Amino acid sequence: MRATPNTEARPGDGIANGDVLLEVKNLKMHFPVNSGMLFQRAVAHIKAVDDVSFAVRRGETLGIVGESGCGKTTIGRCILQLYRPTAGQIIFLERDLGRLSSKEMRAMRRELQVIFQDPYSSLNPRMTAGNIVGEPLLVHKMVKNKAEYRERVAELLLNVGLNPYMANRFPHEFSGGQRQRIGVARALSVEPKFIVADEPVSALDVSIQAQIINLLENLQEQHDLTYLFIAHDLSVVRHISNRVGVMYLGRIVELADRNEIYTNPAHPYTQALLSAVPIPDPVADAQRERIVLRGEVPSPLNPPKGCVFHPRCPAAIDECSRVVPELRQVQPGHWAACIRAPGYGAV
Amino acid sequence: MPALLDVKGLKTHFFTEEGEVKAVDGVSYDLEDGETLGLVGESGCGKSVSALSLMRLIPSPPGKIVGGEVWFEDRDILKLDMDDMRSIRGGKISMIFQEPMTSLNPVLTIERQLTETLQLHKRMSRAAAREEAESLLARVGIPDPTRRIRQYPHQFSGGMRQRVMIAMALSCSPRLIIADEPTTALDVTIQAQILELMKGLTAEAGVALIIITHNLGVVARYADRVNIMYAGKIIERGEAREIYRNPRHPYTVGLLKSVPRLDQPRRGRLEPIEGQPPDLVNLPQGCPFRPRCRWAVARCETEAPPLMETGEGHWSACWQADLLGIQALEQQDEPQIPAIADLGAEDNRT
Repeated sequence: MRATPNTEARPGDGIANGDVLLEVKNLKMHFPVNSGMLFQRAVAHIKAVDDVSFAVRRGETLGIVGESGCGKTTIGRCILQLYRPTAGQIIFLERDLGRLSSKEMRAMRRELQVIFQDPYSSLNPRMTAGNIVGEPLLVHKMVKNKAEYRERVAELLLNVGLNPYMANRFPHEFSGGQRQRIGVARALSVEPKFIVADEPVSALDVSIQAQIINLLENLQEQHDLTYLFIAHDLSVVRHISNRVGVMYLGRIVELADRNEIYTNPAHPYTQALLSAVPIPDPVADAQRERIVLRGEVPSPLNPPKGCVFHPRCPAAIDECSRVVPELRQVQPGHWAACIRAPGYGAV
Repeated sequence: MPALLDVKGLKTHFFTEEGEVKAVDGVSYDLEDGETLGLVGESGCGKSVSALSLMRLIPSPPGKIVGGEVWFEDRDILKLDMDDMRSIRGGKISMIFQEPMTSLNPVLTIERQLTETLQLHKRMSRAAAREEAESLLARVGIPDPTRRIRQYPHQFSGGMRQRVMIAMALSCSPRLIIADEPTTALDVTIQAQILELMKGLTAEAGVALIIITHNLGVVARYADRVNIMYAGKIIERGEAREIYRNPRHPYTVGLLKSVPRLDQPRRGRLEPIEGQPPDLVNLPQGCPFRPRCRWAVARCETEAPPLMETGEGHWSACWQADLLGIQALEQQDEPQIPAIADLGAEDNRT
């Protein structure tokens, strides 16, 4: 069941029959750039997210990858209603989050949690690990008394691989990986259905990254969680996601099943991105084709006309500078926004 | 021919309130002319400190180089006086730092920052230095150098700033460039550009290059030899191909197995290295990696293994080195679930 019926195909339909937990429809987030000494007025807009639609089905992990400034974090924050989107809808549990009152939204946050990138700045240094993890329980009145509170906090810490006696320690007494475990325990405390994980392992050393990734996967199985996993590391995203969306300059340029997108990328940007990832094996790495892109990502203040990727694209033709390519299927369930992609618009 | 750089038993310690931190504890390696060396390890393993020690840039106090020799062009750098040291720094040996945002001076133009070293080390006139600086910017792929040279760092993107840093490092035709996490702050497509550029330019000019990184993937393609560091020591060293294909230290095996790889089919669960890196103030007795090692035997507890040769030019600090190698890499271990973050915490989930 969807909140609003719609007839046109969207990059959320037809992927599987699992029910849709979250749907993002034509999301736009434009930030004004202000100027003027005394009377500030908007002189331009940064189009951080520009007309993005996708759906996340129950129990899956949807990975969003892209380089810095592509808008992936902004999407996460719009879903969490930390930003009020310029346009578009976010439908979660069949309700439009943009239309909820702040009281209703507060209740909704129980179902919708977040894990942040930086375990150093996202934990309050003056609170103990136990209180950081337990605070949401009090806010949402999920425990009856102190004993139950303590028991629940201990259980949560254990659940993420920390020892319950650590509840009395402060964040600075933990390593980066352990702090990230505290962040995970806090997100889990209210038993949410959906977690936005915004670069949860980027700040960690590789040997610790694998620990946290395995933890997230185990918790997903145990608690039937649905993840939106935002990251810039393509190998990590492939490992953890069921489906992957690739973003470039505020738009999703490709969206497909994990295996499909990595073995058969349709968009030239995805192809370049994949080829740029270094492989820890000199022999295998030497055999790969490497596409080194020209230039850099243009400013979102003044994005190129037509396809935003065309100035750097090795496959661009004249038409690319005029036409904004829509996200369309190139294979069933495989979406790409490139008029040069084989099969574009044929499905 | 003697090596360009020969580091022997380098020890750099920090004297802090918590105790003596042995950040670099007896590190030895050499580097040939024009060679590219990868220095790989996780945060806190001493890789950056060992590089800063070569330049004698250790903040003192609390840091101090307490032992060892660093032979460069037949002189022990550690014994040079400050004037001689200054002529080497930025002249014969130059450095590229991780954060191009913070390592450029924000209030000086790119021109000023590039010509300073040229005027100082090469005694060029201002006009000549400016001309040279412009050609350097062109060499590192900055379009329109005549205009760009008058701009300030904030007018450059991250990748472009790192190009400026490379131009600066190359400016005095050094014999050795030390790049400390040169691409960590950059996006993956820009990272590829910068690595290609560094490798191309150093090969062209015959400059030796040390790339310090935490990412094994970054150096795989570019390094001739690789040193793996853990807890202030080099625990494995050898030809890049050997290290990646035939690792002989459990830590290297663990690092290689804990990252998901794009060129291989997806595995069920990753195999992390359990536990945490040791506290450098209270190092465990014996092998520092023992608490996290799945190959540990009784001897590892009492006797720290020295770096021993296990193959031609391939050294490993592990008593069990002969059991490792390609078979350890390919062996699919039962995933160790649950992952326990700390000191024998009991997990009751499974």
